[in-house]
Amino acid sequence: MSIDTLRLTAEEAMRLLEHGEVSGAELRAAYREAIDARNEELHCFLTLVDGDDNGGVPIALKDVISTKGVRTTAGSRILENYVPVFDSTVAERCKAAGLQLLGKTNTDEFAMGSSTENSAYGPSRNPWDPTRVPGGSGGGSAAAVSAGLAPWALGSDTGGSIKQPAALCGNVGLRPTYGTVSRYGIVAFASSLDQVGPVTKTVRDNALLYGIISGRDESDSTTVDVPPVELPEAEDLAGLRVGVPKELNEAEGIEPGVTAAVRRAIELCVSLGADVAECELPRSVEYGLACYYLIAPAEASSNLSRYDGVRYGLRVPADNYYELVARTRDAGFGDEPKRRIMLGTYALSAGYYEAYYGQAQKVRTVIAREFAAAFERFDVLISPTSPTVAFKLGERSENPLAMYLADVLTIPPNMAGLPGLSIPCGLSEGLPVGLQLIGAQFSENTLFRAGHALERAIGFDTVPERLR
Amino acid sequence: MAISREDVLHVAALAQLELSEEEIARLTIELNDILAAVGKVSELDLSDVPPTSHPLAVVNVFRPDEPRRSLPLDDVFANAPERDGDYFRVPPTGAAEEPSS
Repeated sequence: MSIDTLRLTAEEAMRLLEHGEVSGAELRAAYREAIDARNEELHCFLTLVDGDDNGGVPIALKDVISTKGVRTTAGSRILENYVPVFDSTVAERCKAAGLQLLGKTNTDEFAMGSSTENSAYGPSRNPWDPTRVPGGSGGGSAAAVSAGLAPWALGSDTGGSIKQPAALCGNVGLRPTYGTVSRYGIVAFASSLDQVGPVTKTVRDNALLYGIISGRDESDSTTVDVPPVELPEAEDLAGLRVGVPKELNEAEGIEPGVTAAVRRAIELCVSLGADVAECELPRSVEYGLACYYLIAPAEASSNLSRYDGVRYGLRVPADNYYELVARTRDAGFGDEPKRRIMLGTYALSAGYYEAYYGQAQKVRTVIAREFAAAFERFDVLISPTSPTVAFKLGERSENPLAMYLADVLTIPPNMAGLPGLSIPCGLSEGLPVGLQLIGAQFSENTLFRAGHALERAIGFDTVPERLR
Repeated sequence: MAISREDVLHVAALAQLELSEEEIARLTIELNDILAAVGKVSELDLSDVPPTSHPLAVVNVFRPDEPRRSLPLDDVFANAPERDGDYFRVPPTGAAEEPSS
């Protein structure tokens, strides 16, 4: 049978495999053919995997996810030749579920960025318009799913690296509740924020993959037991209380086309039976970005101290140990990791700790309390995922602060450890707009239910127009 | 609060980064811009608010202290730039000054 990788969902692929209508090898061959045809232009993959003992549905993994025997670069020169000797827990769980690995996808270096332009191996491109970015840091995974190069993929999200690329590429991305998915074997960026999650074409695929990777893991003490995942069926939102936070919907810089698409989705919520009302998060949006850009770099500066040219990774030789470490780090890290290491080291240094890092941790409490109050009244909060549609390559790469604004709407819930699901809700200027559904901690099933009903009602075609 | 070139050099030493002249100049400007933006957190009076270091209310996760096999040494050294028997080999630490905090 002929396989249309642009349209085939993972759920359907599973069904075809179960009924013997297609073999794992045929599936793999179809995706490899699509990769051969389109990866050169889109640059989604950094490493391709040949052959795999598993015969199940193929998957692509972001290149911060350690894969035994398969190079894992984190988009950095410092890990250019790094081949893990163990599997991350999520890679292991994918294997145990029979999924076959297609390859490792491009990312901003150490997942620091919103466009993949910080990848040491060059940017990925948006399948809807290759002159534009796919978002980041998980732009490789999102672009691969949109362009039919993988049925589904895993990303990682610290400030928005799953949700924002999903929004810009027109697919479904879940940043799960902090603690639901193991980070064992994930290249660490900011440990109080990092989460792994699925990037898929449909909400049901997303729930399926989340079911495979989530759950407590003895190797990651931050993980907890997770409620059983329910595959969403309902096509209405009867009884669901939906809040529309004013600040997340009216923030400066949200494009009119984005607002219009999100407004239509909010009207659909009403017609699907939801109780919709406005609410407020007065400080979360105003102070969220500043809070994040102190806490995340501070944690990054600590996490990235392990790259010293001694145990693994790049080494720049020198006659003295300290010179070796400093030269290795200067040569191995790109501009963005250096910027964040410097910022984080400064924020943690004697004399500045309380004013910057200590104060940011208190702001984080304020944000968590604001969301907790909102979830006393609502089941789901709704907003745009990204203030803009996909921007042009090079448009923001020279201005770090402009790039940081890409995550202004995804960061606040992340600071509170909340799950967020981005689903496509329409087009603006011919480019996808993402709708962010935020839930209380461990309410993934509610997000899947709301996302599925909205997805059916919106009827968005996830295949980029130029590839149809 | 302005970040000087000396501040950048001090922080680079703490972070074990040997920056080029071009990087020092650029980072001095960029860090000033970014700190001016993130310094916004100090507008709030939060003297009564406790800090959050972790988004879940999970404390003291224990497991039984049972011995188990660690990675084989050949795996441990598989990515090492330089191995000397059962050691990672590095040049001497003596000649230059150790960075101080």
